Amino acid sequence: MHEMSLCESILQVLEQSAADRGFARVRTVWLEIGQLSAVEPEAMRFGFEVVTRGSLAEGARLEIVELPGQAWCMQCAKTVRVQQRFHACPDCGGRQLQVTGGEEMRIKELEVD
Amino acid sequence: MSQGRMVQIEQDILSKNNEYAAANRRFFSEHGILALNLVSSPGSGKTMLLTRTIEDLKGELAVTVIEGDQQTDNDAERIRATGVKALQINTGKGCHLDGHMVGHALQRLKPADGGVLFIENVGNLVCPAAFDLGEAHKVTILSVTEGEDKPIKYPDMFHASDLMILNKTDLLPYLDFDVEKCIDNARRVNPGIRVLQLSARTGEGMAGWCRWIRAARQLALVEHPELAASA
Ligand SMILES: Nc1nc2c(ncn2[C@@H]2O[C@H](COP(=O)(O)OP(=O)(O)O)[C@@H](O)[C@H]2O)c(=O)[nH]1
Ligand SMILES: [Mg+2]
Ligand SMILES: [Zn+2]
Repeated sequence: MHEMSLCESILQVLEQSAADRGFARVRTVWLEIGQLSAVEPEAMRFGFEVVTRGSLAEGARLEIVELPGQAWCMQCAKTVRVQQRFHACPDCGGRQLQVTGGEEMRIKELEVD
Repeated sequence: MSQGRMVQIEQDILSKNNEYAAANRRFFSEHGILALNLVSSPGSGKTMLLTRTIEDLKGELAVTVIEGDQQTDNDAERIRATGVKALQINTGKGCHLDGHMVGHALQRLKPADGGVLFIENVGNLVCPAAFDLGEAHKVTILSVTEGEDKPIKYPDMFHASDLMILNKTDLLPYLDFDVEKCIDNARRVNPGIRVLQLSARTGEGMAGWCRWIRAARQLALVEHPELAASA
């Protein structure tokens, strides 16, 4: 499962930051996940719980901030919302779109002890 | 309960992997090695395509192979039977190769300067899209038995790939697979994707794939004129 491997990567970052920034436990993790990133928030929560068992983040709260899919439409010369990478421009139906947002998979901040 | 301390992170979830991938990419660039990351669903024909490609190119290029598989060593055995160096990485429950595993494999394999390294990823059209290995190109292999909607079902993979190989074209007469529709779907998620049609079984279309590899290798050698003729 995709989310499981992402959660393992998150745990790596947490362990690294704990060493660099001097904290022992993680209480809350804020993630920014773009809607075009193929990540299921529910699967992410499940994976996070499983992967963090017995770690410095066991029982931590996972807050997921979803960021909208956005693209620049050449024809309209403006930014439009897109639900999927292959969708056409919702305004003009054009396919000349350059994705400008919604691909994020970022750890934003932590609440730690 | 009192509040904990807040710590700003602002890091990509995959930042660790991206560091390993960057180190691999540096290694490839210093050694003039063309690295290709082959991805597909299980059974699309990656290993068969590789063995055939090696037979066609081994007199001309130094070829090395990294094989990713969850459990078995079969694919590396199939590659070694062609006479080239191959290393198997078993990922266990992991559903993709990552930059760290490939970095270790490079230390053990020591691919030749100016050669071509093929990395057969774990059969999976989701996770390998997100994990950069440091390759020059991802190549997605899609077989015509799989359905023309695959590029839309797995848009990230087709978006991340520079080349789509439509394999098993020998079976087209027996199927109602719509080649044009499939290519159109791939271009919807990635307007710049190149497409090659071939059959790893009959060899039809293999020449085009070999030309693509030679062209990509020339790019990997731009800063290594001394390696261009050799290997
Ligand atoms: N008909 C046909 N079968 C193929 C072709 N390429 C591979 N196969 C068969 O597809 C199956 C899976 O091939 P394999 O190389 O193991 O796929 P992988 O899992 O992607 O490495 C094997 O039975 C191959 O013989 C092809 O071009 N045509
Ligand atoms: Mg295989
Ligand atoms: Zn538009």
